[in-house]
This record gives sequence, structure tokens and C-alpha cells, in this order.
Amino acid sequence: MPDVQPFTDRELAALRGEFPILARSVRDGRPLVYLDSGATSHKPTAVLDAERAFYEQHNAAVHRGAHQLAEEATDEFESARATVAGFVGAPADEVVFTKNATEALNLVAYAFSNAAPTDGPKDERFVLAPGDEVLVTEMEHHANLVPWQELCRRTGATLRWVPVAGDGSLDLSTLPDLLTERTKVFAFTHVSNVLGTVNPVTELAQRAHAVGALVVVDACQSVPHLSVDVSTLGADFIAFSGHKVYGPMGVGVLWGRAELLEVMPPFLTGGSMIELVTMERSTYAPAPQKFEAGVPNAAQAVGLAAAVRWVEAIGIDRIHAHEAALVDALLAGLAERPWVRVVGPPRGVDRGGAVAFVVDGVHAHDVGQVLDDAGVAVRVGHHCAWPLHRVLDAAATTRASFGVHNGLDDVQSLLDALDRVPAIFGIDVDERRAG
Amino acid sequence: MDLYQELILDHSKRPHHAGLREPFDAEVHHINPTCGDEVTLRVDVTGTGPDAVVTDISYAAQGCSISVASTSVLAEEVIGHPVDEALETFEAMRTMLTSKGQVAGDEDVIGDGVAFAGVSKYPARVKCALLGWTAFTDALARAGVDISSTSSPSPQGVSS
Repeated sequence: MPDVQPFTDRELAALRGEFPILARSVRDGRPLVYLDSGATSHKPTAVLDAERAFYEQHNAAVHRGAHQLAEEATDEFESARATVAGFVGAPADEVVFTKNATEALNLVAYAFSNAAPTDGPKDERFVLAPGDEVLVTEMEHHANLVPWQELCRRTGATLRWVPVAGDGSLDLSTLPDLLTERTKVFAFTHVSNVLGTVNPVTELAQRAHAVGALVVVDACQSVPHLSVDVSTLGADFIAFSGHKVYGPMGVGVLWGRAELLEVMPPFLTGGSMIELVTMERSTYAPAPQKFEAGVPNAAQAVGLAAAVRWVEAIGIDRIHAHEAALVDALLAGLAERPWVRVVGPPRGVDRGGAVAFVVDGVHAHDVGQVLDDAGVAVRVGHHCAWPLHRVLDAAATTRASFGVHNGLDDVQSLLDALDRVPAIFGIDVDERRAG
Repeated sequence: MDLYQELILDHSKRPHHAGLREPFDAEVHHINPTCGDEVTLRVDVTGTGPDAVVTDISYAAQGCSISVASTSVLAEEVIGHPVDEALETFEAMRTMLTSKGQVAGDEDVIGDGVAFAGVSKYPARVKCALLGWTAFTDALARAGVDISSTSSPSPQGVSS
């Protein structure tokens, strides 16, 4: 996208004005420099207004009742589904609203072998047994790892994983051994929440499909930062969270191919998801209702729809270009500091909106504390990717992650605050430079 | 910033009584799952009842300056002291750390532990400062010591 430019100063100032929380200060009056959008994004006024408007004007339990509010609430909810589906290039009935991305991934994992049984034979693609394999990667967030560990434990299938290479990419030379006709599921992240690595989803999906495996993609760190179109992506399922793409907390999205959603058993059961219920047994509504038991998170879905309309109005390609420029500036700044070790792909390689690093000799918790003292909010720890941190030989990393409201001034604030770290913890910068 | 007192930085760079030693009565492994800090801690107790004495605390700690320094202070303040006194020190330390900045701490009871008073203003770091101490009380219990004079260890403590 060579013609797509980062935001101008004027555009950035206008965007910042749309986030009420950026007006507050932290730690004794310092301006908030929020570099933790990878954990959760802030919410623009348009989203807050949409959620409030739902409660003020249409509030009712959707898919129930015949009164006017119930009709309106149902329309709002289903219209939100269509909007969110359109955002990722999907038909509306292929989108399931969940409480978060973790639930969306669990919904798929629980479709295999052990979920509430449906009448008739099970679809072979969703049967797992000893001898079958589930393939993940070493860079997964726990949300796309632990559900598959548990699935393997329940079914006797074997969990395998693609290792991460030194440059933060997946070591695809291992794939011929790991991705075989025994593989029933290949679950991997689109963009690493730690490394920023962008994985080649389409290529991986083609190779998985060639051996008959289903492809589950964690799109939490891609959907807010780059264009995701499921009609060309090649995946069978993607999961992402609403709160990372400027939407409310409490709503996540599962997209799945219609023919797969149709044969999958439900995850949670109860009201709303049924077709017919007697005292002895029940039949289920078609997807996506089959996967949305109970009164759904309609206000949050409406808020998420407002968020994706807001993102579409800005343009996801411009957001990507803007954040890529910030990532590049941060990588350049960190490269001038030999006492900082960046994890993940080198400068010049396409990345998501996150940059994680280690200050050798100083624990990330302590780095984060010094940054926080300057009003710079970052994430520290293993970022729910503990196995990856073992590979990186780092107990914890410090991660800066960008959102639309960040600018080069925020990058500079981070670097300035970071420069206080060596003195506080007695790291000899000159010695490291000489060494 | 007042969080990183010299005492804390000194203890974190040169932790006292570090390393795992024999003999010991119990060994525990505690982690802070939010950040991955870990401590393996051994305790050696001689005598029983009111005569019980903490003969040794040895440990391998991996973590932030706060958690390593706090474990170092634990060893410094508790080794060679009666178990009852050690539990009082633990209680005083915990009271200060969970006071949200309201309790300064008594140097006569917690010694270098007073340097951690500033930690109590940062709720996310209280767990770091308590990691070694909760491991210690868990290890005492596993060594057969009655620790009922203290309330139960922090729920963040995970034993292996």
C-alpha cells in the first residue's frame, strides 16, 4: 500500500479528541501515554454513545417477546451482526457473538467429540481420537493453546506445535513432519501478540487443507490493525475480540464457514439456541443462534458495530500505515540503545502493532514501573504467551502496542522514560555499548 | 520515584542467603502467574512448639527487583529467629504491604522490610513483594509447623 499515508498531525489531533479517556492524567498529573492497545483499546465516543443509545432507546431481550422494544432490540442486534460480518468480508449468518475471543476459540474446541451430542451421525471432521493430532504453534496466546491442550486431554489426541525461529517467524521447515494426514486441526495466530510477527495465513491454510485439517485462526491482533477478509484468507474459523478493536468489553466474535457451523454441535445450551424442547430432549436452532445460548450481549454487539463503522470510516489501511510508521520509529529508537533487545522480526519486516523488548539485567516489571511513573502505560510480563517467553529465554518482556490515537510523540515519550531505566537499576550503558 | 529505595536495589542485586542449601525440612515452589516470577524456597526448622527456630532459609528466585529483594529481606530478618517471631514479622510485613500506603512499618519488627512501604501504593506490585513471604509460610506448614496464628497465605501462591 505505497500510497497510503500515516495520519497528518491535524488528523491525529482530531482522532485523539474522540477518546474521552485521553483527556485524563495519571500519576500526579502526567498526560496519559497509552501504549497498551494490544491488551485492550480505548473506546471512542461513537462507541460509548451507541451502547448507551441501545439502553436508552431500545433495551429489550433480543429474540424474545413481541413488543416493539423487543423487535427493535432484535433488529439492532442482527444489524450489528451484519455490520461486523461485513467488516471481515463474511455473510451475516457466519458470525457468532461470544463474550470474548477466548470463548470463541473454546466454542470451536468444544465442538470436537465431547460437546452436547446432536442427533444423527457426527461429522467426521469433528471427531478426535487417539492417533489424531492437533497442531498449534509455539507463539500462541494461552487462549489458542490451553483449549487445545484440554481437548487433547479429553480425547486422547496428540498436541504438536510448530517451533518459533530466531527471527520471530514460524519455523516452517518443520511443517512436513508436523502437518500430516493425522492432523485434524491447525490452530495458529494471524499476528503474534508479543513478537508482532504476521503469519502467512493463506499459505498455512492451503497446506492444512491439503491434508484435510481444519484451520482455526486467532485474529485478535490482526483485525484491529490490518485488513482481514475471510473470503480470501483461507481459514475455516477466525476469532477476535471486540474490545481490542475499539469496541466494548464483553463481546467477541467467531466467524466460521456456514457448512461447518451447520454440522458443529453447540457449546453452551439453554434458551435462545433451541428449536423445539420437550421434557426429554431438544433440537437446536440453525447457526448462528445455535451458538448463542441465553440473552445475548446485544448492547455490546451494537457498540462493536459502531466501532467497526468508526474504523471503516477512518480506513483500516490508513490505520495500518500509521501504526507501521510508529512501529518503525520505535524499532529505530530501540536500535540506538544497545542495552535493549527487541524480540520478533527485524525492522523492515511487516509487523502488527506490538513491539516487545527486554532490558538486559532489568526485569520487565521494573521497566514497566519506571515507564508508568512517566505516565507511559505498557504491558509487562509474559502477555499470556508463557511458552513463547521460554523460547525467547526471557522470563518477561515489556510490550508497547499501538492504537490509532498514538503518534511519534508517544514513541518519544516511551524512549525518554526508558532512558531513565539504566541509571535507576545501575546498568552500565557505556560498557554495553563498548562490548 | 520513591518505590526503588537503595535498600531494595541493593538486596535485588546482591540477595542475601541466596542459593539452595541442605539440610531442609520442606521445599516449595511459588509463582506469580501474572508476570512469571518464580521462587523455590527451602526452610530448615529445629525444635518444636514455642522452641522452634528457623535455622535456615535458602532460595532460588527469578523475578523483578521487588520480589527478589523482598525474599532477600525475608532471609535476613528470619534466619536464626524463633518461628513465632518469624510469623509476627510476616504479619507485620503483610499488614504494611496491603495497607495501600497507610502503614509505614516498624523497623524494629521488619528491619529492612520498611524499605518496601512504598510498594503498598502499587497494588500490582504487592504480590511481587509477598511472593517469598507466602512461600516461606507455606514451607513452614509443610515442615509441620503450626502457622494458624497467621491467616491463610495469599491466594496467588501456587505450590508445586
